Amino acid sequence: MHNHEITNPTPILSVSHLSLEIGGRSILQDINLHLGEREILTLIGPNGSGKSSLVRVILGLISATSGEVNLRKNLQVGYMPQHLKIDSLMPLTVSRFLLLGGKRPQKRVHEVLSEVGASQIINTPIQYISGGEMQRILLARALLREPQLLVLDEPVQGVDINGQLALYQLIQEIRDRYGCSILMISHDLHLVMAATDRVVCLNQHICCTGTPDIVTQDPAYHELFGSRQVALYSHHHDHTHSLHGNIIKTASKTEHKEHKQRG
Amino acid sequence: MDDFLLRALLAGYGVAILAGPLGTFIIWRRMAYFGEALSHTALLGVALGLLIGISSQITVIVISVALAISITLLRHRGQLSSDALLGILSHSALSLGLIVLSFMESVRVDLIGYLFGDVLAVTQNDVYWIASIDVAVLLTLFFIWRPLLALSVDEELAQVEGTPVARTRLIFMLLIATVIAVAMKIVGILLITSLLIIPAAAARPIANSPEQMALFATVIGTLSVSLGLWGSLQWDTPTGPSIVIAATILFLIAQTRAILR
Repeated sequence: MHNHEITNPTPILSVSHLSLEIGGRSILQDINLHLGEREILTLIGPNGSGKSSLVRVILGLISATSGEVNLRKNLQVGYMPQHLKIDSLMPLTVSRFLLLGGKRPQKRVHEVLSEVGASQIINTPIQYISGGEMQRILLARALLREPQLLVLDEPVQGVDINGQLALYQLIQEIRDRYGCSILMISHDLHLVMAATDRVVCLNQHICCTGTPDIVTQDPAYHELFGSRQVALYSHHHDHTHSLHGNIIKTASKTEHKEHKQRG
Repeated sequence: MDDFLLRALLAGYGVAILAGPLGTFIIWRRMAYFGEALSHTALLGVALGLLIGISSQITVIVISVALAISITLLRHRGQLSSDALLGILSHSALSLGLIVLSFMESVRVDLIGYLFGDVLAVTQNDVYWIASIDVAVLLTLFFIWRPLLALSVDEELAQVEGTPVARTRLIFMLLIATVIAVAMKIVGILLITSLLIIPAAAARPIANSPEQMALFATVIGTLSVSLGLWGSLQWDTPTGPSIVIAATILFLIAQTRAILR
């Protein structure tokens, strides 16, 4: 196991010797990790590797069998769940949904919606918005809380590849604007590498951890994901879409990012 | 208007005012069957009240709350799905209530009245009791409105955001138990859930916000009470069922309107 972690004197979050068992089945074993201020940490791992469980323990939604989770005192946490199904029997507009997390001035709601590029749907009933828009709305709800720690569970799920790039870019911008730390789960092994400071590769235990270029060269990483990371199927468009869906001719930028994350 | 009619109308309105907002939360939270189970246990509450000689409205609340809490605890243990669990609890409580009542030969119990309601027998005291329960429940609901709405959308997200989920959920169950105790006299144990669910469902197509839906449900509920009472006098039909049928007709009208639009 490699240890290339950036030493940070005051981590915002630290997890030590955490183990989790559910119904006699071991889900997580001896997890140690920490998250520094303004750091983006991504959890990757195959299905059933315990990524979501780890995040749920950190958020206090389930309790660990042993070990400890320490969050900095009075830490403001913003959480973006993987998906949210809202009952069609509830008449709820996007702006009303955003305010369920706590009272905020209407001006701030507008601000956050334009940050995530979803201003146009502010008064739309939430059941009528698309999957990609829902991801943005969930992100906006987390941002309304002015988070110091942002926890994102597969933020780009169900978004096409250009949308994914835009969303990852937005996440980095958010880190810079809010000065928050970000803990994120990702299913994808490629695009996310350009958007994260550090990666934790999880398969019930921590297989390897470090900066993206170090992790992608780690034998444990290759063992876990096999040859999938070279077999990426990607096609390039000659344009990309802005957050608002407008077409922008920036093919070179997309290509550049792809090359970069392939090392 | 005759006094007994006025009392029936007031009592009916008192229940409809509570059933509106609580019913909307019940359908948002998909708790219709839970409400059904709670109301079935009300008969056991009545039986116990008669047995120990205290107001049955108190024992109904106590028994409903006890059931609500045991369902919550049992559900966390897993094994049985919640609808199976609710089915077991609700029908065994109903049967137990019927058995206990059958033992009490000294008291003549108006079983049909408990099962299907006897709104025309409402006393002046009942009206005062319903009015004070209305005030208490509506005030409580006002204070837990936002957290209750937040956890009806998603409990986990609400919990991470610091909403007191367990407390709010418990208070909500207490409110439902209270409404059941009150509504029992109007529509009866077997029809209480319909008064909670039908007006709320009827309000959905015409509402644009959660508050509107609760308000419209209340209006539809009071309308159903008026129409039901009127119909029951007109055609000499049982009152509780007539109120429910009136609500169903309003529901159908709202649905048709929504489809035609």
